[in-house]
Amino acid sequence: MRELDVTKIRDAVCTMVQEVNYDLPADVLCVIKCAKGCERNERAAYILDKIEENIRIAGEEHIPLCQDTGLACVFLEIGQEVALTGGYLYDAVNEGVRRGYTEGYLRKSVVADPLRRVNTKDNTPARIHVDIVPGDQVKVTVAPKGFGSENMSRIAMFPPSAGEEGVKNFILETVRLAGGNPCPPIVLGIGIGGTFDSVALLAKKALLLPIDHQNEDPYYAAMEEELLAKINALGIGPQGFGGDTTALGLNILTAPTHIAGLPVAVNVNCHVSRHKEVIL
Amino acid sequence: MEEIRLTAPFTREQFASLRAGDNVLLSGVIYTARDAAHKRIVEAIAAGEEPPFPLQDAVIYYVGPTPAREGHAIGSAGPTTSYRMDAYAPTLLDLGETGMIGKGPRNEAVKAAIVRNGAVYFAAIGGAGALISKSIKEAEVIAYDDLGAEAVRRLVVEDMPVIVAIDSQGNDLYER
Repeated sequence: MRELDVTKIRDAVCTMVQEVNYDLPADVLCVIKCAKGCERNERAAYILDKIEENIRIAGEEHIPLCQDTGLACVFLEIGQEVALTGGYLYDAVNEGVRRGYTEGYLRKSVVADPLRRVNTKDNTPARIHVDIVPGDQVKVTVAPKGFGSENMSRIAMFPPSAGEEGVKNFILETVRLAGGNPCPPIVLGIGIGGTFDSVALLAKKALLLPIDHQNEDPYYAAMEEELLAKINALGIGPQGFGGDTTALGLNILTAPTHIAGLPVAVNVNCHVSRHKEVIL
Repeated sequence: MEEIRLTAPFTREQFASLRAGDNVLLSGVIYTARDAAHKRIVEAIAAGEEPPFPLQDAVIYYVGPTPAREGHAIGSAGPTTSYRMDAYAPTLLDLGETGMIGKGPRNEAVKAAIVRNGAVYFAAIGGAGALISKSIKEAEVIAYDDLGAEAVRRLVVEDMPVIVAIDSQGNDLYER
């Protein structure tokens, strides 16, 4: 067994929650620049220009890209040949979030109880997802999630008869209903299949993929391409004020499901699509 | 695109000529309040108490900023989604509020209150918190300190970039 001290995971989380809030992933920046070049709507181009300027200022001055520095979603892929030492893993992750959000001047956006709503003042607890994988390494991914877009996300349990059309219509309807609320241009993570609980996680994991990632299955790769074109034809545009740029990217992840079901989840993210990973 | 400069006090008269789609640069004093602060302000008014700042000619910015670094007035300070304030906005508009700054569409009750009072709803660019922070020169918590990021702040802004989303006649940029 390879031993790994959980303080290394703590420190990685602490560093990454800060970096990812100042520096947009290069793939997202690249797509924004490209969209600006293709945008035919004058106001939309003006807004994309401001968004680009925001990205520059955030990176140069270490001011968070968005004031909603997110609920810290932390994904851990732990090799089954790794023995974690030095404390309880979840405590280490939460300590990393606590330190990162305090040291990095990030907003504390978590309430301890959904109805009584008292702020925990240190942005904990993180939402932690653990997968056990082969090998002797640990992959840590942080993806702070803003709730302007999270609130626009939807889940549906279709009958199998709804088929491909039903799924595509639901995705388009979700984007239409979200309109200008989630700070378009948006990025979409889509989960299809699995169970009620797992389909939402699939959608969230789809947001961790590179924005220009193509599904390995040509059937779903074609669906991704078709959906992105149809979403951008809706004309919602940057901030909901019209234009060609409604979504910057879209990824689909699928899972086997039950003979009676067709679960679909759409996780909406804004253009500040933050995720960063490290392998320990 | 052309930008219109407006300086406080932000009166109905000043806002009357603005039209949905205009790019505006605001300078002067504005106040911050988002979900929890709106709830408290409206509850305070219902209980016959004074709101934490004068509502007459007030512009309220829906924002919960990140903490300021040393030497900065404020941290990242972009708008939050406005529909969550729809339940409270008509009350404040009827009491003298002339402007709101947020992002995303508003409901019919808010639109009616905007027209009734000759107010304006501005959109700031969502997700552009670092850029917007550059136009905020002073920030001071004046109420509900316990709410942290959601506390009510008095801001002094200079050339803060916003877009007229709903004008005083009810023209709505989200419904083109």
